Amino acid sequence: MVSFTLNGTEKTFDGDPDTPLLWVIRDFEKLTGTKYGCGVAQCGACTVHLDGSPRRSCITPISMVEGSDVVTVEGISGAEADAVHKAWLALDVPQCGYCQSGQIMSAVALLQLTPKPSDEDIDGAMAGNICRCATYQRVRQAIKDAAGMMEG
Amino acid sequence: MTFQMITTTRRGFLQGAGLVIGIAVAPKAFAASVAQGVPAGGGSGLPQMNAFVKVGTDDTVTILSKHIEFGQGPFTGLATLVAEELDADWNQMRAVHSPADDKVYANLMFGMQGTGGSTAIANSYEQYRTAGATARAMLVAAAAEEWGVPAAEITVEKGRIRHAASGKESGFGALADKAAQQTPPTDPKLKDPKDFVLIGKDLPKLDTAEKSNGKAIYTLDVLADDMLFAVVAHADHFGATVKSFDDGEARKVQGVVDVKQVPQGVAVYADNTFAALKGRAALTVEWDLSKAETRSSSELEADFAKMVAEKGIDAVNKGDVGKAFSEPGVQSLEAEIVFPFLAHAPMEPLDAAFVMGDDGVLDVYTGAQFPGGDHMAAAQVLGLDASKVRLNTQLAGGSFGRRAQFGSPYMQEAAEVYKASGGKRPLKHMWTREDDIRGGFYRPMYLHRMKGAIDADGKVVAWDQTIVGQSIMGKASTELDDSSVEGAHTLPYAIGNLRVISHNVALTIPPLWWRSVGHTHTGFAVETFVDELLQKVGKDPVEGRLAMLTNEPRHTGTLKRVAEMADWGSAVPVGRERGVAVVKSFGTYVSQIVEVSRDEGGFPRVHKVWCAVDCGQPINPNVIAAQMEGGVGYGLGAVLFDEVTLGEGGKIVQSNFHDYRSIRINEMPHVEVAVIASTEKPTGVGEPGVPPIGPATANAWRRLTGTPVRRLPIVPGGVS
Repeated sequence: MVSFTLNGTEKTFDGDPDTPLLWVIRDFEKLTGTKYGCGVAQCGACTVHLDGSPRRSCITPISMVEGSDVVTVEGISGAEADAVHKAWLALDVPQCGYCQSGQIMSAVALLQLTPKPSDEDIDGAMAGNICRCATYQRVRQAIKDAAGMMEG
Repeated sequence: MTFQMITTTRRGFLQGAGLVIGIAVAPKAFAASVAQGVPAGGGSGLPQMNAFVKVGTDDTVTILSKHIEFGQGPFTGLATLVAEELDADWNQMRAVHSPADDKVYANLMFGMQGTGGSTAIANSYEQYRTAGATARAMLVAAAAEEWGVPAAEITVEKGRIRHAASGKESGFGALADKAAQQTPPTDPKLKDPKDFVLIGKDLPKLDTAEKSNGKAIYTLDVLADDMLFAVVAHADHFGATVKSFDDGEARKVQGVVDVKQVPQGVAVYADNTFAALKGRAALTVEWDLSKAETRSSSELEADFAKMVAEKGIDAVNKGDVGKAFSEPGVQSLEAEIVFPFLAHAPMEPLDAAFVMGDDGVLDVYTGAQFPGGDHMAAAQVLGLDASKVRLNTQLAGGSFGRRAQFGSPYMQEAAEVYKASGGKRPLKHMWTREDDIRGGFYRPMYLHRMKGAIDADGKVVAWDQTIVGQSIMGKASTELDDSSVEGAHTLPYAIGNLRVISHNVALTIPPLWWRSVGHTHTGFAVETFVDELLQKVGKDPVEGRLAMLTNEPRHTGTLKRVAEMADWGSAVPVGRERGVAVVKSFGTYVSQIVEVSRDEGGFPRVHKVWCAVDCGQPINPNVIAAQMEGGVGYGLGAVLFDEVTLGEGGKIVQSNFHDYRSIRINEMPHVEVAVIASTEKPTGVGEPGVPPIGPATANAWRRLTGTPVRRLPIVPGGVS
């Protein structure tokens, strides 16, 4: 039995302890904003916050989540999340949209740690998030705009 | 009650099919077991299989998109067409997928429902505007009746209907029911483009919010109570079949429910996705390779090279190419360019969900690019009458051509899996990334042999090109497939002697169109080779092209524009070079200039891309720019990194994003886009951003390093 919180709510899981957090979130908790893209931590579509840090949920076995706080795109909140959402809307960042939950989770985590990220900071934090539609230019600008909103 | 545009075969005033205003009854309740998956008011939630636009009593205007939304913006674009003629306020517009119907929702360029070939706006431009204009006329008629004033005195602006003299005013919703009682106009007048207020503006996209908060529902997100999750073990050779399998260990996996052989492999059914994956990994399958492709990519390439010398099909043969090369004083240039197999690798791998509806009709959910084909495939495999299957198109996580397949082989697999399950529980079938990369339906491998002749004055006088590869359209070896030669046999450059020969190769590896189809390779071959010819005679890449584009004003327009944007001819930073390319595809003209340096690994680093696009009347410049940016990223990633190869014995080498690379944010150049103003009929933008980026990059690279690119990807093995 694994106990953890998901978007602030206490949860338990008593299935196969090898089950990746991604599938616990999706198949058992029915929160589908967190996506499957590769299953091997190459694309970042499954990014969640685990105890405040971005984590690829597709390779994180639920057994490692014991006692942790998990936040998904459905539960993300705070000044950084608000600014990121606003910036995403203003620039119409998504195309197909499938990777965008992961992009947003990585972007919010970046801004929480680095309120005024440089291009290199953005590359470092976001290079693990693949977007096959290649919305990268707008992702980059939206992160900068969000940083600007928080500043001013 | 609300009214909606409906089509019947009884009354005709639009495209012969007949679009009339009908009364919608309250949507039928959905199967109670569906926990999520259908957007409110969308898909089969609408009871009548024939609406294009629905004005709700709540003042919302919902357009039913006959085209799937997987990133290229048809929801926004089609809604713009309706809103323009309806004089709606943009904030009241909504969009959902239409039901599957090859007649009512036919792509007017295909004759069946389908999204592809960058046609969504082009084929819908008048149809959706007419739907909007019809709805407007009905609302105005209703207002005239309600207020007892002449319809001619009524104006509509931003969703408000007004009669100035009496001071009467209303929104759409309050008049929707009365509007439904009006006689539809037989020939609603469309606006003169000079009167457009929404078309041509950067309206915000309709689907951004739900795609930014995790609420957008894709096929993978369709859930039902008691759902089964299934994956299939596939062969790692094309054409292989199951010889035998041992499922003893798989059945021991916690959550695995069943294992069944299906024509495509071995299906594992489980109570959750992970159990299905774990069960699949525990299977032992022996494959029968007797009919499989066992040649490696290099063996295939050698076979392709042999075919160049054989007799092919003339796609074009004008002037006298042979004679031109033997004229005195003529110098020639030759090149052979090899293109690899490419997987589309959309972010959401292929998937489908099956849920029996409470009305006894099976609901099938999938990212349907050819909804009618997917519908028929599911019905046929399941042995059901078509009326007993409802195909619900979902948002899809990209496609790039992958979801458009004749005969719907993916849906056949999913339906076989559902059929073999016995259909007692709702079922989701998904491909993993490995299934996707190794699943075939690739942009085929091609080999181009190029030969050009330049006369004593430095003028290109002959062009001789031979293209060897699979026919995407499945043509016989004696029959020309235009999609193999498009852009080459229609060479825009004025060259008197032009010959393009095509060879169709038959392979067991299934081919498919990949974002921009033939232009993925012909654009590269033509634009790199013409650049080399120009360099050989010391001509400027832009000026030299312009001189040969004697009868091509729109190529010329974008090329001149992009040269202005990049300040072509100005000093380039030390260590960098620039390259240019212009390609017309799907009726849209795109010119790009790139600035490239050599990175630490010795490979190209693209810093900046300038892009000018002429797609006729722009509907939404912001969406057009996004498609150019995306096309650049998608195309650049492929030419730099991507290939699917067959190793010794024909085994597929790549499997996931670690060895089938995608471009990442740190590799993405900044793209600056100019949309050419035009009142020509609109053409598409989903694909045309792709073809120029490869040759423009290769041209810059050649000018920087002296080395022409003769083989893609540029980065061997895709890993830099």
